[in-house]
Amino acid sequence: MSLRSPLGRVLGTGAARDGVRHWWLQRLTSIALVPLTVWFVVSLLVLPSFGYGTLVAWMRQSSTALLLILLVLVAAWHSQLGVRVVVEDYVHSAGTRTLALVMVLFTHVLLATAGVFAVLKVAFGGAP
Amino acid sequence: MPTRPLSPHLSVYRMSRYTLATSIANRFTGMALSVGLLLLVYWLLAVAGGMQSYARAVRVLATPLAQLVYAALIVACCYHLVAGLRHLVWDTGHWLERAQSQKSAWLVVAASFVLILIIAYRLWFAGAHAP
Repeated sequence: MSLRSPLGRVLGTGAARDGVRHWWLQRLTSIALVPLTVWFVVSLLVLPSFGYGTLVAWMRQSSTALLLILLVLVAAWHSQLGVRVVVEDYVHSAGTRTLALVMVLFTHVLLATAGVFAVLKVAFGGAP
Repeated sequence: MPTRPLSPHLSVYRMSRYTLATSIANRFTGMALSVGLLLLVYWLLAVAGGMQSYARAVRVLATPLAQLVYAALIVACCYHLVAGLRHLVWDTGHWLERAQSQKSAWLVVAASFVLILIIAYRLWFAGAHAP
């Protein structure tokens, strides 16, 4: 006799009430990061210099700004999912673990927001 | 150690197995790239802050220590990318047999090494641009 409720079996979200969401999001973000990372590395390698003027001109192109924003957002998301698992694996005390997970989430949201803000600021010509 | 029975831990695995080494390396490089994300955002904010803010950041970003960090990040990025692709193949149910996963472990190391060499060649021999 199974002690699982019929509703629980249908929803299939398990004890953590989250199902395969974490696993699936980690896969989706990793697939998205393949072209984004390759684009970013190749772009940096073909830039004529890392001087201020060159970088601003590069970041003001719409395609660069768009892809940089996507890179920052998806990388932060993927990183948060990954660091979360490491914290869950190695921090054993429940209180410290919860605190660490909240800090990890907040840090990543802050990084993503700051990155997007910086790209938009340059792209819309705020920088002199 | 408690006297109650414990589930098998690190000591039961053969640490020299490259399948194990590649798995740990994937997690380790992932953590390194999280630090790289911090550096990326710092760099973007420095550019957004204007010419003087970027000049100040470059003084930090061009130190030998920072160069060492970039080298580590390039290695981590290449490895994590290739090892991640191997995970995606596993997710489709392929290459899961022991012999196949040992073979793909070597493939991952070889492929990431080739990527690292290409980037290093471009950076130090063909590119020659200073940060």
